[in-house]
Amino acid sequence: MKTCLVVDDSRVIRKVARRILEDLGFEVAEASDGLEAMAWCSAVMPDMILLDWRMPGMDGLEFLRRLRAEPGGETPKVVFCSAETDLDRISEALDTGADEYIMKPFDGGIVAGKLDYLGLAA
Amino acid sequence: MIEPTDRAFLADLCLQRAGLQVDPEKAYLIDSRIAPVARREGFASPRDFVDALRADPDGRMSWALVEALSQSETDFFRDRRVFVHLVDEVLPALAAAHGGQPVRVWSAACGAGQEIYSLAMMLADAPGTPTATELYASDLSERALEKAQAGLYSQFEIQRGLPARTLVRHFEKQGDSFVLSPRIRQMIRWRRVNLLDDLSRLGQFDLILCRHLLPQLAPGAQALVLAQLQRSLAPGGRLVLGLRDPTGDLVAVDPAFGVYAAPSEAARSAA
Repeated sequence: MKTCLVVDDSRVIRKVARRILEDLGFEVAEASDGLEAMAWCSAVMPDMILLDWRMPGMDGLEFLRRLRAEPGGETPKVVFCSAETDLDRISEALDTGADEYIMKPFDGGIVAGKLDYLGLAA
Repeated sequence: MIEPTDRAFLADLCLQRAGLQVDPEKAYLIDSRIAPVARREGFASPRDFVDALRADPDGRMSWALVEALSQSETDFFRDRRVFVHLVDEVLPALAAAHGGQPVRVWSAACGAGQEIYSLAMMLADAPGTPTATELYASDLSERALEKAQAGLYSQFEIQRGLPARTLVRHFEKQGDSFVLSPRIRQMIRWRRVNLLDDLSRLGQFDLILCRHLLPQLAPGAQALVLAQLQRSLAPGGRLVLGLRDPTGDLVAVDPAFGVYAAPSEAARSAA
């Protein structure tokens, strides 16, 4: 079973994302900020990370930079999931190493489409 | 709430106008689609809209009805591998057979333009010299065509099937929406076409895309549209259908990608 780490400071968003990803056949773990997510990834790299941008402590972009510098940190597909819809910021996320980008609000169809594009569909 | 006899009348009108199969038993669907159109067209109630249609079933309102009951959502790059196959295999083969003349491509039920724009963006992004193409798109719905030409999509629409890299490369933000670059929009020529009408004035095409329309049509209309599209194919041309669409007597070329040829054409090349 493929694994996905959902990183978001909102419990509601984590819950929504978990339901969508479990329906798509993923085993889901949750982290509420970048630091907690780094701890998860040091233990075991997930196949995919759904990553919020603005979080207290370590934000999504900083987490992504550190992840990509870790051994094995190139492996997980990282999909940003953020309320940021400015195209220059989206480019920044992609240039920093994100594989895809989802603008909030989102639904199951959008997530499924992105996973299909990344070759992660079950 | 629209009465059962009125629903049957509306369904029949859609069948006559566009070959559209509407189930008159689907009260909720019909009610929910008719109410906004009635409001937009200035009627006090859906009832008044139906009365106007009964008084003038050939008038402009009948098209507003058809548009309302045929609208369907679609994605960018729907069945992505089909687009890859068209750009990598089908279009270059058609171009080679043409000796350098541009390949004429027609998206025959283009809706809000996601299909033809997906193809246009792929061609624009193709490495090397892209296949020389002329891109045409048509739909029955004036409203869909207006939206397609504007190239303006909501945040929800833009995220369906469109990779983020493609989004930032070809779109600009405009308020809460996203607008496609003029460079891509200018690649397409648009026209309102009812596929039940005489299509000969459109000329012939090397590649016709008509995906996911046929299942919406009544069986008689499906056969008619398929026959019409076959007549619009240039010699050696290809017709691309949705992966689960009915295929009539077409000859499968790459059925895994929905690519077909006219039967007369297959007979000719076999001879």
